[in-house]
Amino acid sequence: MIDPVTAQAAPPDYWSMLFVFVLATFIGLGVIRRVSRLLYTPLMSLTNAISAIAVVGSIAVTGAEYPKLIRLLGGIALFASMTNIVSGFLITDRMLKMFKKQ
Amino acid sequence: MTYAVAQAAAILATALFIFSLYWMNDPKTARHAVVAGVTGMVVAVLATWFQPEIVHHGWIVLAIVAGFVVGVPLSLVPLTAVPQRTALSHAFGGLAAGLVGTAEYLLGVSEHPAQLTAFRMSAIVAEVILGFLTFTGSLMAAGKLQEVKWIPQRPVTYPGQNVVNIGVLVVAAALGVVVVMHPTAAWSAQVFYGIVGLAVLFGVLLIIPIGGADMPTVISILNSYAGLSAVAMGFVLNNKLLVTAGALDGSSGLILSIIMCRAMNRSFTNVLFGAFGTVQKTVTIGEQKAWKQETVEGAAQLLEQASLVVVIPGYGMAVAQAQHKVRELYDQLTKRGITVKFAIHPVAGRMPGHMNVLLAEANIPYTALVEMEEINPDMPQCDVALVIGANDVVNPAARYAKGSPIYGMPIIDADKAKTVLAIKRSKNPGFAGIDNELYVQDNTWMLFGDAKAVIGDLVKQLAGGSGLH
Repeated sequence: MIDPVTAQAAPPDYWSMLFVFVLATFIGLGVIRRVSRLLYTPLMSLTNAISAIAVVGSIAVTGAEYPKLIRLLGGIALFASMTNIVSGFLITDRMLKMFKKQ
Repeated sequence: MTYAVAQAAAILATALFIFSLYWMNDPKTARHAVVAGVTGMVVAVLATWFQPEIVHHGWIVLAIVAGFVVGVPLSLVPLTAVPQRTALSHAFGGLAAGLVGTAEYLLGVSEHPAQLTAFRMSAIVAEVILGFLTFTGSLMAAGKLQEVKWIPQRPVTYPGQNVVNIGVLVVAAALGVVVVMHPTAAWSAQVFYGIVGLAVLFGVLLIIPIGGADMPTVISILNSYAGLSAVAMGFVLNNKLLVTAGALDGSSGLILSIIMCRAMNRSFTNVLFGAFGTVQKTVTIGEQKAWKQETVEGAAQLLEQASLVVVIPGYGMAVAQAQHKVRELYDQLTKRGITVKFAIHPVAGRMPGHMNVLLAEANIPYTALVEMEEINPDMPQCDVALVIGANDVVNPAARYAKGSPIYGMPIIDADKAKTVLAIKRSKNPGFAGIDNELYVQDNTWMLFGDAKAVIGDLVKQLAGGSGLH
């Protein structure tokens, strides 16, 4: 969602970004603290898949009207993130399916 | 209009990601977590893809297809290989961040020099350093876990290692400051590539001194770095969704690292710069006593007569792929009315939660898996503690041997059980290279051999011998 037009017109508000970062970290700490200890392995593959949201950055770089080399870097990054999304969610689900009560 | 849609999609995706993590608090709701996560991801991807700036679609489709082609097989690895798959995915996450950072820098230099403000340039440098060090560090960790031949398994140490490591990082940071101040000078790109090279090198140097027993902590730390590199990417691209999702991942890695460090009674710096498993020589505790070996028949008899059996699994169970045989043993014993519990040490195995996943795979109900703190008060009532390929996590030396590298580490009190049966692959000391006096205790009996084979024999004995008594 990089927007070269608006980015040039008004510089991004980095303070509000920092603000979001700090709040999100606290939410993360609060939520993760309650995660069942049984599920730490699937938790890691799940957060891994979620942080592969970096894919949106890669899409923006790969698909925009940029020089080929830059788009190629974006494309490789897109492939790497997509691999994480697919394998991360699938293996998380595969593991979670196994946790059964008696 | 499209801007508003994109922002709304980002807010929706963030909310779904938070719910996803929230549902992981109980195995009963955990599968909703995947649904929420996937939905959030699809929403975010589509909202980005339909932005008007996205004009080339061929490569996007190609990369997505390639991601599926590689990702699906990666999700089907045996569960014993999950630690290396996880390390590999941290590597991919780091690579993506590093490459996008590089692309943004090159783009800024060639097209929009005005966008390379000090703040944005700092974010790019942070993204590139974090991304590339996570990339090579995680690749090394994955290689060690997979036991790739050309990556040494044992920690590699040399004099002045920490000075070299910190030196590399300091030089990279200093070059970073130079590039932030002069982003578009004629030589800036060279300096930038220098930073990339140093980050790549630092990732390798950071992991070579680390041994297998520290992998749970190291994987968690790399998890945190991968999240932080996504945060840095969010700052570079002015994208709040990336910042929030990266922060969630980063805080998850942080919490897991803290839990792992506590479970080993060590600090972050000690794990990263302490080189577990090499420095110390074997700590001799008192006089050397001899093992007492037990036969399969004898061990089966001990188990049959017990009313509470506590199984303590370790990495040896994973290596031997013994979890399914353990399940058969569990069935044999519960059939006789014997209570069987599994005592799980937080750092047993090679990543957080490793043992739980393996036992769940073998269909052992999660209600039988008990945390260390909960099982320890019951250990004196335990008739047989069955140690399967665990070593340091049951070593009583952790309680009092001040010189020992595991001193102060909380352990499962296997030694307090009435009888201890320990299955061990070889007569060599464990990963940390420390003797384990549990094995020479008066009430301990050893079963030497591959865990899968030994437990298979026990099961056969119990199944066949049940009529004899």
